[in-house]
This record gives sequence, structure tokens and C-alpha cells, in this order.
Amino acid sequence: MMLAPRMRPVIAAVAGVVVFAWIVGQQDLWVRALSALFPGSVRPVYPAATVAELTLQHLRLVGISSGLTLLVGIPLGIWVTRPSGADFREIVSASVDFGQTFPPVAVLALMMPILGFGLWPAVVALFLYGMFPVVSNTVAGLEAVPGTLIDAARGMGMGRGRILLAVELPLAARVIMAGVRTSVVINIGTATVAAAVGAGGLGDPIIGGINVQNMAYVLQGATAAALLAIVADGLLAGAERLLTPRGLEA
Amino acid sequence: MITLRDVTKSYGEVTAVDRVSFEVPSGEVCVLIGPSGCGKTTTLRMINRLIEPTSGTIEIDGRDIMDSRPEELRRHIGYVIQSVGLFPHLTVAENVATVPKLLGWERRRYEPKALELLEIVGLPPAEYAEKYPRQLSGGQAQRVGVARALAADPPLLLMDEPFGAVDPLTRERLQAEFARIQRELRKTVIFVTHDVDEAIKLADRIALMRAGRLEQYDTPETLLDHPASKFVHDFMGSDRALKRLGRACVADVMRTDVESTTDGTRAIPREACTDSRFVYLTDESGVLEGWVDCRVLDAGTPPEDAGTPVDWREAAVHPETTLKDALSRMLGFGFRNVAVVDAQGRLVGEVSLAAIEATMADADTHIANLEEGEVLGALPDEEARS
Ligand SMILES: Nc1ncnc2c1ncn2[C@@H]1O[C@H](COP(=O)(O)OP(=O)(O)OP(=O)(O)O)[C@@H](O)[C@H]1O
Ligand SMILES: [Mg+2]
Repeated sequence: MMLAPRMRPVIAAVAGVVVFAWIVGQQDLWVRALSALFPGSVRPVYPAATVAELTLQHLRLVGISSGLTLLVGIPLGIWVTRPSGADFREIVSASVDFGQTFPPVAVLALMMPILGFGLWPAVVALFLYGMFPVVSNTVAGLEAVPGTLIDAARGMGMGRGRILLAVELPLAARVIMAGVRTSVVINIGTATVAAAVGAGGLGDPIIGGINVQNMAYVLQGATAAALLAIVADGLLAGAERLLTPRGLEA
Repeated sequence: MITLRDVTKSYGEVTAVDRVSFEVPSGEVCVLIGPSGCGKTTTLRMINRLIEPTSGTIEIDGRDIMDSRPEELRRHIGYVIQSVGLFPHLTVAENVATVPKLLGWERRRYEPKALELLEIVGLPPAEYAEKYPRQLSGGQAQRVGVARALAADPPLLLMDEPFGAVDPLTRERLQAEFARIQRELRKTVIFVTHDVDEAIKLADRIALMRAGRLEQYDTPETLLDHPASKFVHDFMGSDRALKRLGRACVADVMRTDVESTTDGTRAIPREACTDSRFVYLTDESGVLEGWVDCRVLDAGTPPEDAGTPVDWREAAVHPETTLKDALSRMLGFGFRNVAVVDAQGRLVGEVSLAAIEATMADADTHIANLEEGEVLGALPDEEARS
């Protein structure tokens, strides 16, 4: 009974994923819809790959880059709020800030001479671009934990690691998850530019469509990417809700 | 037993605590008191090594605290901070079980213990165990804070203004409960406050600090009767007779031969009003339900209209209430008498303003004798304390 309100967004998100997977899998549906929207077009659907294939490529790109962002960003945010990392706090904030203001297309261009074409320059660009919300929310979440609670925890004999795991992270979880959500959702959209360096994904029909002046391709890629972003947002919102400790719910 | 020897804490130029030495015998409550910034919190936090002393030694039962790991030491010292500091993401029961869990107790041991402690601090576990801190009132949160500090049964308890953030009535109740729990558990307690009345009420000994120094360390009576300096005298308050009321309790002066009836107002015989102003109304089990003011009867009001229904939780005091609190209740209600009930609300007696005044008169005589003695320098300490 108590679980129901918490589970509702999660159930909705899972339903969203199922519907999305179904839509993506129906290549016929895309052909029919795009043909109807672009009646004059000879080829209204991107021919090189199915929507399902493009979506999987996109997911791989986002999965690897966002995975790395979380793997590096959360520990980095934790570290700069510890005494040992406090000195690096400003540098880290400035760098992740810069990482986000710097256009990912420019990062791609700069990475090409080093990493060449393909997946990896795109991963690096997206990884850097997504850091800001993760690091800054991790720092903000940890910093919002009242000093009196840490003091109480210390006074009861908890060590630093224990305080982090049992007090700070649970209390910061909601804010950290909000950063993760922002980062991933932005990444899904931004990852479409990765097609420019041949990383594939839903950017392929968009960039291909621009090149051959076929707006149907552009609409196809953009719609799929937008749906993916909405579904991912819902899923992460559900996770955010689940990770919020009960005692903090309004 | 806790022993502080020449304990000093300096922050650069500032000396927060300056060569403080005192000893708290096992099972006693030592209240640290003094003006804001005098070093109370710093002194307290050096005992569980949340602050490391610059110099001096602190021993618990003869063992230097520097010999234990800080975390280990703290798990065996209960600690209550002013801001309570309950973990908002944990239930009340989980909060209470924090230290036992750290000590590696098993669930079947810490869970009943947590529930037992909630019962002790007056929060029925059935109702409160699964609540979250945000669902508690200030006073309830303070109780949970105390239960949490007691959970692993530490012999020593450090409390930093534990009842600071609640209204006066709740505060008085928490103090009375603390006194009751302490009578049972006999912990060694160091209790910080800047409320003189709280110190007088709860302390076995008071350590009065000023600007990092210990001004005087003695029983409340001695601080009142023989202040070591003008500062102590002024800090403790000039009306010492009034202050001493904080040490005496209702049980000492109440009369138990009060008139009461279970039959409602109709059955009150006129004779009941002869030597008492109030006739109390109770239910079958003796729980106070109201009273009749005999003057109202004399004025010709029919008995059935003369009763005043009351809630004993608000309108009565307990035998262990201090005379000072009883007096302030009388002033609050505007009566010269107040009913005394036990913890279940059963009528046990009545305390009158006259009885309290008599106590004060005794104290005045006592103080006058003391002052005479001080002038002559002849009064031995023992006699003064009695
Ligand atoms: N970390 C610190 N650095 C510098 N000075 C400090 C520090 N901690 C405390 N002090 C100083 O030490 C003195 C004693 O502080 P402490 O907190 O022990 O006072 P207190 O008696 O508990 O006061 P209060 O009643 O206001 O709580 C104060 O003058 C305070 O400014
Ligand atoms: Mg203090």
C-alpha cells in the first residue's frame, strides 16, 4: 500500500519503454507515416539502416559516454567535497563548466586528428559535455547535507566512509539523480551530432537528410531521438523517485 | 568517573578553554553552565574527541581517552546535540538503533532495545517507531535524540543543550522525564545549558565557566549559598531563596488529605469545605476530572453548576515537579492551590502557595544565618549544606 505512490512513475516509465521499443521495431509504421507526411518524396525513409538499428547505435553511444560521465563525474564530485580534494574544487568546477560551454562539435573537430573517425571521438566529446550537471549536482547535493547531521554521525562514532555511505549519499541522492537525468537527456540529443564523425546513431538520417536535402530523413531521426529522450527522462525520473529516501518525501 | 586535568584548547590567539580541571563521579549529573562563548561546548566535545585538546588530559574511569580510537570511544559515549540531528531518511526506530548497529549488534538485539528506549522516553513505539523525523514535534524529536544517545547503554552521556529548542512547558516536562530516567539508569552525565534554573533542577554538581575558565565547581546548594565570586553570585541570580525552590519538589510540601469525590458535584457536603478551598472530582480510579471551588458554593451557586472540569495533563502538577515550576503554574492559572497527580493522572494531593512561601521563609532564614556565619567566618561547610 505504502509502495504504490512511489511505484507509479516507475510503472509508467517501464510502460513507456515498452511502447517505445515497439514503435522503433515497426519499420513499416515509419514507412507509412513518413510516406503520408511527405507524399511527394520518392524515398521518405532513410535507407541505410532501420530505425531499430539506428536506435541501438544511438543507445550504445549514449550508454558508453554517459556511463563514463557517471563513473568519473560522481566520484569527482564526492572527492572535491572531501578535505583531500577541497583544494581542487575550484579547478574542477571551472573545468566542467568549460566542458559544457565548449561546443561538442568543436570537440569532435579537435578529437579527430587524435582519435580519427568513428565511435571514440564522439564518446570523448559527449563524455566531457555531460560532466557539468553530474559534478555540480553531486557537489550541491552533498553540500546541502546539514553540518549538524554529519556532526551527530561523527559524535556517534561513524567513520568518514560510513558517514558518506549511510548519511551523505542517501540524503544527496535525489539531487545527484536530477543531475544524472539532465546529463543523460542532454546527451541523447547532443549525440546526434556524433554522426558527423561517423559514429552512427539517430544523427545519421538527420545529417544524411541535410546533405541530400531530404527533410523526411531529418524528421525521422529527430522524432526517434526525441522519443528516446522522453522515455529516458521518464525512466530516470522514476529512478530518482525510488532513490529518494521515504523520510524525505513531502 | 570522568577526570579533566588542566584541559586547554586554543585556536591561535583565542583560548576557548583554559586549564579546566574537574571530576565527575560515576552516576552523577554535572551541569556545565556559563555565558555564551565561555567554552562549554568545546569542553564537552573534547571528552568524545570531536575536538582534540591543546594540552591537558581527560580520563574516563582512569583511562586516558587518547588511548582509544576516536570512533571506538564515541560509540561508548552517548551524545545529544542541541540541534538534535536526527537522520531524516531513517525512521525513529532506525535512528535510535544507529550506535548499536555500528557496534555490530544483531537485529534481534537492537530492535527490541530501540523499542524499549522509545517507551522509556515516553513515545509509545507502536505509534512512533515507524515515523520519520519530519513527522515529529520539537519535543518528540528531542526525546528521540535522548533515546538514540542511550541506545547502546553507554555509561557516560554528553548532552549539549538537549532541551534548548522547545517551549517552556515541554522543556519542563522533558526535564522532569530526564530526572526520572536518570534516577533509574544512573548514568554519568555532563549536561550543557545556559539556563540557571535547569542547572539547579538537574545538577548534582554545577561547573560554572567564564571565558574559558572554571569559576566554581560545586553542588547547586553551595553555589547558591557560597558563591566563590561576585560573578558566580550574579550569575546564579540574586534571589537565592527563589532559586532554591528549583531544588525542592512538590512531594516535600504537598498535603495529601484533600477532599475528593467520585459522585460528581451533587454529593458534595458542605462540611467538605470547612478546611479546604477545593473539593476535587475524580473518576472511579481516582483520575482527576475537575474541582469545585467552595467559595463559589458559598456564593450560592447550586452544586451542580459549581464544578470546573479540567484535564489533569494541563491543570495539575506531579509530586516530582519542582516548587519553582509549581509556583509558576499557580501564577499561570491564577489559583493559590494546585492539584497533584501521579503519572496516570490519579489525584494524590494538593500544594498551596502558603506551603511554598513557608519553604521560602525557611530558605531566607537559612541564608540569613549563612550570611551571619560568613561575616563571622565561623560556619562550617557541612552545616551550611544541610
Ligand atoms: N573552531 C574554532 N575556531 C576558533 N574559535 C573557536 C572555534 N570554536 C570555538 N571557538 C571559540 O571558543 C570559544 C568557546 O566556544 P564554545 O562553542 O565552547 O562556547 P559555548 O560556551 O558552548 O557557547 P554557547 O553557549 O554560545 O554555545 C568562543 O569564543 C568561540 O568563539
Ligand atoms: Mg555551545
